[in-house]
Amino acid sequence: MSNTTEAVKERSMILQKEMLAKQFKELSMAKELGKKVVYTFVPGNLTELILSFDMLPVYPEINALQSGMRKKSHAYIREAEKIGFSEDVCTYVKCDIGMMLNGNIGPTGEKLPDPDLLLLSYTGCYTFMKWFENLERLYPGVPVAMLHTPYQEDGRIADEQVEYMVKQLKEEVIPKMEQVSGKKFDMDRLAKMMENSAKSEDLLVKVLQSAKRIPTPIDAYFAGVYYIGPIFTAFRGTEEAVEYYNELWNEVQDRIEAGLGPITPEGELAEERFRLVIEGPPNWTNFREFWKIFYDMGAVIVTSTYTKVGGTYDLGFRHDSSNPLESLSKYCMGCYTNLSLPQRVDLIEQYVKEYSADGFLINSIKSCNSFSAGQLMIMREIERRTGVPVGFIESDLVDPRYFSYANIKNRLESYFQMLDQRKIILSKQN
Amino acid sequence: MNKYYLGVDLGSTTSKAVIINDNDEIIGRGITNTRANYSVAADITKDEAIYNARFSVLKKNLEKQMEVKPEFKQYITDLESVFQYEQFKIRLDKLGDELVKTCRNYSPDKEKQEEMIAHLIDIRRAFKPKIKHEYLYNNLGAKNQFFRDIVSEKYNEEVNKLDLSLFEPMMTIWDKSISPAENEKVKFDFRELVYKAMDELKKKYQELPDTASENTSVNFDVEMNLLKGKFENAEDTLRQHIDEISALEFNIANMTGTGYGRALLPFPQECIRSEILCHAFGAHAIFPDTRTVLDIGGQDTKAIQVDQYGLVTSFQMNDRCAAGCGRYLGYIADEMSISLNELGPMAMKAEREVNICSTCTVFAGAELRELTNLGEKREDILGGLHKAIIMRAMSLIARSGGAFNEFTFTGGVARNPAIVKYLTELVRENYGNDIKINIDTDSIFMGALGGALFAKTNVSADLPTKKKKQEVHA
Repeated sequence: MSNTTEAVKERSMILQKEMLAKQFKELSMAKELGKKVVYTFVPGNLTELILSFDMLPVYPEINALQSGMRKKSHAYIREAEKIGFSEDVCTYVKCDIGMMLNGNIGPTGEKLPDPDLLLLSYTGCYTFMKWFENLERLYPGVPVAMLHTPYQEDGRIADEQVEYMVKQLKEEVIPKMEQVSGKKFDMDRLAKMMENSAKSEDLLVKVLQSAKRIPTPIDAYFAGVYYIGPIFTAFRGTEEAVEYYNELWNEVQDRIEAGLGPITPEGELAEERFRLVIEGPPNWTNFREFWKIFYDMGAVIVTSTYTKVGGTYDLGFRHDSSNPLESLSKYCMGCYTNLSLPQRVDLIEQYVKEYSADGFLINSIKSCNSFSAGQLMIMREIERRTGVPVGFIESDLVDPRYFSYANIKNRLESYFQMLDQRKIILSKQN
Repeated sequence: MNKYYLGVDLGSTTSKAVIINDNDEIIGRGITNTRANYSVAADITKDEAIYNARFSVLKKNLEKQMEVKPEFKQYITDLESVFQYEQFKIRLDKLGDELVKTCRNYSPDKEKQEEMIAHLIDIRRAFKPKIKHEYLYNNLGAKNQFFRDIVSEKYNEEVNKLDLSLFEPMMTIWDKSISPAENEKVKFDFRELVYKAMDELKKKYQELPDTASENTSVNFDVEMNLLKGKFENAEDTLRQHIDEISALEFNIANMTGTGYGRALLPFPQECIRSEILCHAFGAHAIFPDTRTVLDIGGQDTKAIQVDQYGLVTSFQMNDRCAAGCGRYLGYIADEMSISLNELGPMAMKAEREVNICSTCTVFAGAELRELTNLGEKREDILGGLHKAIIMRAMSLIARSGGAFNEFTFTGGVARNPAIVKYLTELVRENYGNDIKINIDTDSIFMGALGGALFAKTNVSADLPTKKKKQEVHA
């Protein structure tokens, strides 16, 4: 299905586009500019630390999703499968590897620089480690720094865990960064950045929580990943990020004042019929089509778990300039995919209640181990605890072969009618 | 005026229609095979449901008299079957014309054309009386067999008797003719056809043998015997009632379209409902204590949980692959060269179940051939296949949350006795012996029934779209 109309855009979206373009331009000129490049991951990222060494971060999973949105992922996945990656391997990995095999041309059409450091800091998914083992082979000789984030098995962050992570930062990560960048670690600079981080985080939480209003001025899933969240990872800690989130928050306030619903590529959602909480990543290859199914049904996502993979700031965490290394550690351990399943259930239950959701929906990703585990249990628990109807659809991250428009539409239609019919019958009962 | 509500379920294999009255009673059912032209399929099934509703009204009007005169009941049952034969005859003539037309375009060789046309005429002549006999004496009309299936079986039989060199051209002509014939809309005059059917019945009853031994080709039974010598009286009484039901206006107050082809139905958007909701609502209406519904249709299997109102609370359905659904059985039947209806009864004879993988329909076919080569009995292989289907369904049931309270099985596959056997076994094994398992004779109509019930429920409801947008105060 082709998108015939030009997507409607907000000021913040244009600003984001400019920031990202600048970022990729800088990356393409990294060698000329003498900047070192760090490949690293979104969940549990050390953006401030990287930036404090004047190095440039590259996030492979963001490149993969961008390739998915730009309809390039299928060819990249095919490349990776040709060299032996199985059909069942995470498609972010295959898309990324395929892109590298194809000359590492980034989403903006400019070549991405080779890494100077592979910084393996991640949470929740073991695949990340395997991913970098492969990158290590693709870029022989490039130093690897690993930061292990302990899982919140007991549902809390223990002091020993923080100590363990700080030790790794001091003894493994920071020395490698000093060696690669040729610069001495500057704690004050890092602390200064964290002040900016906390400012952005305050604003981000305000934006995300504006969806508690009925009707909500934002969509916290599609828009959440499309323009609310992305800036966060790569720019957190910078003045520009604070500026961007100020702009975004003003925009949201304007929408609230004008009584406007969320903006979507199809235009503003005129009537909010269903408020949903979503678990799981979106599909990127058919992102706009996927979003449009919700838009057409008057469904809006008031909050989502995927947007918390890069941090659960709405639970109160802020980067703390008075304890930079401890706070980086706590940040990593607090990311959504590092939470235990009971913690995730509690969080979703809280979301359904606080955001006055009509339903809870899971988009189960074929090739994602991290998100698929426990989803049926989560679904049943949420149904039991909150009484809202639950729904389950299946697609994939960036492999277009697993996005079946007719099947997904059929299920979503059934799900929305389920919610609709419930309203009709229950209103007759009362 | 009485109000009626219509539900049409356009499935991947069959299209069903149900008409209910204001008391939620089913008064009409219609079923036909889904075909390329969905709107024709929907029209046929809807017309059938209306004809069936007319007969229901007739029975209702004569309820009192039928109590004392059981021959009336038999007469009406016979009449409905022969009425269907009258429709069949018209369709058959149209198909005959289509076959001749195709034949004329088929080969430039005039002589060959004429030869084949002569065969076509012979074929029709040969099987028409056989089918008539089936309708008149074996109540074929009540067996939900579709025009396409009936004629193709007979056509095949006759073509097989011809010279082998004619097989391919005759089958090509068939393939090219059946679709246009089937996709053509035919309007029937109910009254006219009922009167014709009565004339046929008159002949039938007049010729009824005195005893069973006289004519073995006729299923002679006690009920039929009731009409011996009494049919004229039944006919006279019925004639006036038939005029009345023919003139009856079925005021369809609201309707709902559902099923996989629902988006293509000529219904307004607000009259379209998902089949998941409809199956659950229909099953719940028949068995109000139902909390879990399993529906196995042509291309999907759905495990549905419902609440006390019959509303769906969650559902799971097969994804990406339709192995284990109705079409899977159809494919297996083809592989084994037996009819779909024979599968279940044959599987019931299994002494043990051969282990068969159900992840892929095509592979199951290959497995079946391999197992046959290894000397496994067909019955045991089929037992294994049926069990495999249910194993797949069990995993969906588990995913949807399990089976609770009363468990209702719906969809066309519920007619298969072996499926029912394994389902009962496995549900009991997994969810305890206390769970009540419901299978209604109308299981295939459950979606259409749910649709009709929604049509009735929603007729006065304020749809959310009509509600005013909530005002916001920042």
